[in-house]
Amino acid sequence: MFENLSERLSQSLHNLGGKGRLSEDNIQQALRDVRMALLEADVALPVVTEFVAHVRERAVGAEVTRSLTPGQVFVRIVNDELVRLLGGEQQALNLRTQPPAVIMLAGLQGAGKTTSAAKLARYLKERERKRVLLASVDVYRPAAIEQLERLAEQVGASFFPSDPAEAPAALAAAALAHGRRHYVDVVIIDTAGRLHVDASMMAEAQAVHAAVQPIETLFVVDSMTGQDAAQTARAFDAALPLTGVILTKADGDARGGAALSIRQVTGKPIKFMGMGEKVEALEPFYPDRIASRILGMGDVLSLVEEVERKADKHKADKLARKLQKGKGISLEDYRDQLNQMLEMGGVAGIMEKLPGAMQLPEAARSQVNDREIRRMIAVINSMTPGERRRPEILKASRKQRVARGCGLEVQDVNRLLKQFQQTQKMMKRVGKLNLKGMLGGGRGPLPPGIGF
Amino acid sequence: MFGFRKKKGDPDKPSAESQPAASQPSDAPSADGESPPAAPESRPGAAPAADAPEQPATSARSGLFGRMRAGLSRTRESFSRGVADVLLGEKQLDTTSLEEVETQLLLADVGVEATQQIVGGLTERLSRRELEAGRGALEALRAEMLALLQPVEQPLVIPPAPRPFVILVVGVNGAGKTTTIGKLARRYRDEGLSVMLAAGDTFRAAAVEQLQQWGERNEVPVIAQRTGADSAAVVFDALQVARSRGVDVLIADTAGRLHTQSNLMAELAKVKRVMARIDADAPHETLLVLDAGNGQNALSQARQFAEAIGVTGIALTKLDGTARGGIIFAIARALGLPVRFVGVGEGAEDLRGFSAEAYVGGLLDGFDSAA
Ligand SMILES: Nc1nc2c(ncn2[C@@H]2O[C@H](COP(=O)(O)OP(=O)(O)OP(=O)(O)O)[C@@H](O)[C@H]2O)c(=O)[nH]1
Ligand SMILES: Nc1nc2c(ncn2[C@@H]2O[C@H](COP(=O)(O)OP(=O)(O)OP(=O)(O)O)[C@@H](O)[C@H]2O)c(=O)[nH]1
Ligand SMILES: [Mg+2]
Ligand SMILES: [Mg+2]
Repeated sequence: MFENLSERLSQSLHNLGGKGRLSEDNIQQALRDVRMALLEADVALPVVTEFVAHVRERAVGAEVTRSLTPGQVFVRIVNDELVRLLGGEQQALNLRTQPPAVIMLAGLQGAGKTTSAAKLARYLKERERKRVLLASVDVYRPAAIEQLERLAEQVGASFFPSDPAEAPAALAAAALAHGRRHYVDVVIIDTAGRLHVDASMMAEAQAVHAAVQPIETLFVVDSMTGQDAAQTARAFDAALPLTGVILTKADGDARGGAALSIRQVTGKPIKFMGMGEKVEALEPFYPDRIASRILGMGDVLSLVEEVERKADKHKADKLARKLQKGKGISLEDYRDQLNQMLEMGGVAGIMEKLPGAMQLPEAARSQVNDREIRRMIAVINSMTPGERRRPEILKASRKQRVARGCGLEVQDVNRLLKQFQQTQKMMKRVGKLNLKGMLGGGRGPLPPGIGF
Repeated sequence: MFGFRKKKGDPDKPSAESQPAASQPSDAPSADGESPPAAPESRPGAAPAADAPEQPATSARSGLFGRMRAGLSRTRESFSRGVADVLLGEKQLDTTSLEEVETQLLLADVGVEATQQIVGGLTERLSRRELEAGRGALEALRAEMLALLQPVEQPLVIPPAPRPFVILVVGVNGAGKTTTIGKLARRYRDEGLSVMLAAGDTFRAAAVEQLQQWGERNEVPVIAQRTGADSAAVVFDALQVARSRGVDVLIADTAGRLHTQSNLMAELAKVKRVMARIDADAPHETLLVLDAGNGQNALSQARQFAEAIGVTGIALTKLDGTARGGIIFAIARALGLPVRFVGVGEGAEDLRGFSAEAYVGGLLDGFDSAA
């Protein structure tokens, strides 16, 4: 499997060179790549087909500008379309009603409903100072009610002690009445897991809904779900007037294609993402994050954007041309790159956006810091233009002068030179691939040495 | 059970008067020892809910794989119709019709690579003119699918020794571990073996109580400590008790964990190490539970659990829905891990031994009768 769709697309669109327009013919392979990528990310097949058609429509005729490779133009279109279909803006809970506002959670077995109920309670309590009552109408699964009771204790929400001998709809109504008597702001109803093909259980869910008229009816779904997501979501959406979706277990390595399937099939916004088992692990859903994840690109795309905004296009193009001709980069080019990194919020800012980087141990991440970059720039600044062009002339006495000039030690100068050499080597290797695109889009790798 | 109702007409009837085997103090190095059996339930019995009418009886589907097929049949129509159109309907089989087969496989979560392998086999035969539309093509597809799955159809056989035979159950959150343990306990108890359960999930809220209720339901003892205790200590404790009581099968539950959480995977490795101090070969089976609803991520789960702790078998749950769990083709192809069981419902009896033939048949048989 491949990690990075943009790499694959760069290959597919390679023969397009740096000019022209995307056409039906020249994007064939690229569209196939997108299809594959989406399938591997578990987007449901019908949704994939529809999506690819959308992208084709938008891509044909798109102009390939000087600063972006065809691959990048294409990735951009794919990404924009994905974000758009995932819902664009983040959508908050709607609790504007005569209190208590009722939130009902429903979904397949083991999706994360009970945990999400507790997370929501905590979220509303901490962020919005709401008084929350948690109630379970899961009269089937062993210890389902106890599970919610424990969680309610953990988050400091009130708990309605459901009697499992009673019917779920009656329990829901009783919980609401209890909430009203005790002046709570929100009542969260946790339901039993159910299969969408289980007619009597779906009827039961409808009865619960009818009994308490929730203002929010949320479909809870596991982000690891495969093709079944589309069918399941359609059935739940048909049975219940869903108002949104909670995507759980997104803290793993699932690509989360289910998010797109569900969004496409139901049209309902994904409101939250579950990011762990703990009760605080609930985050608002940001479509752009999941989009890059589905494409397997981390937040590289927002990095591309930032580079586009801030980087000096002219310099980047010049550098790219140089590299394509097989020339190495000079220390001046290197300094430009370092400066660009600082402009983009420094190493920390870039790291945050790189796929996988945040999973690195804290120790590894903290090795990379902006002070180091500033030092390197200072060393380069202290050289003469001649030295920057031909660093090999830097012998002992020159090194001493450079070190004095920037207030550092000779070993700092040596370290910079070594790192620069490594970078050059790497750039040459990478340059043989598709370098113009990488640099033009600012996706040059971190200089080694200050990397890891 | 104990106030928990069956969702559907399930043969598993409540037996509220039965209590789990009495617990004995353990000699394991843990503070709490075995938890007392849950207090007798005062809840009313399982009266059918007025608002949830019982489903029609399922007795018509009660053959050996009847329940599984019943589950699969709900959507097998869509799968089958597509393939049937292609393989039985058309005069000539060409690459376009094979693309249709490909589509159907992808829809079953078989994944891009395994699908390509299956379709690749058909394409080859097609080009050698061995394939013609109709029954022959359908059988060819069946053969391709079976070729992938038959090697991993390896039932879990409990040998006469060692005792206790230890099964460690692992998997991601919510996959169905605890429920599968409940079903296994029922199965082995019905086979006349003595069974004990270890509540190794000391993390999730009420996970211990959940397993204890399964113990009550099946009348098998559960060794447990409080939530928050050391999982390895609970399992160690249980293994010692099981050994001293001459128990046949000990099944240990563990907390759900994502395969990407390396500290939690290390914790599982510790559970195994601790067991090995008592019995060098324990656990004798490390059963990975996979949710059939999961897509391509299940391959990543299988790979990482296998790498971290060594998986010896797979149980595929929730096959009673519309998910088909086609990812097991990819897992079989990439890892060759034995598939032991399939879960086809939430009741104690809803567990089947895995049969490649029945599984593939469940996907394809829709047009057996139509042909
Ligand atoms: N890693 C991770 N685990 C989660 C998340 N949300 C829930 N879980 C875990 O998933 C498992 C199932 O969660 P539950 O909340 O019990 O799921 P449910 O939908 O209520 O399950 P049923 O009531 O049995 O249908 C538990 O182990 C939870 O701790 C999440 O966002 N990340
Ligand atoms: N329909 C169906 N539901 C199942 C099956 N197996 C388990 N379940 C349900 O799936 C949900 C989760 O099952 P558990 O056994 O609690 O899963 P787990 O892996 O122990 O979960 P954690 O311990 O929280 O990680 C429960 O609601 C079960 O009743 C199955 O084969 N079919
Ligand atoms: Mg629940
Ligand atoms: Mg469990």
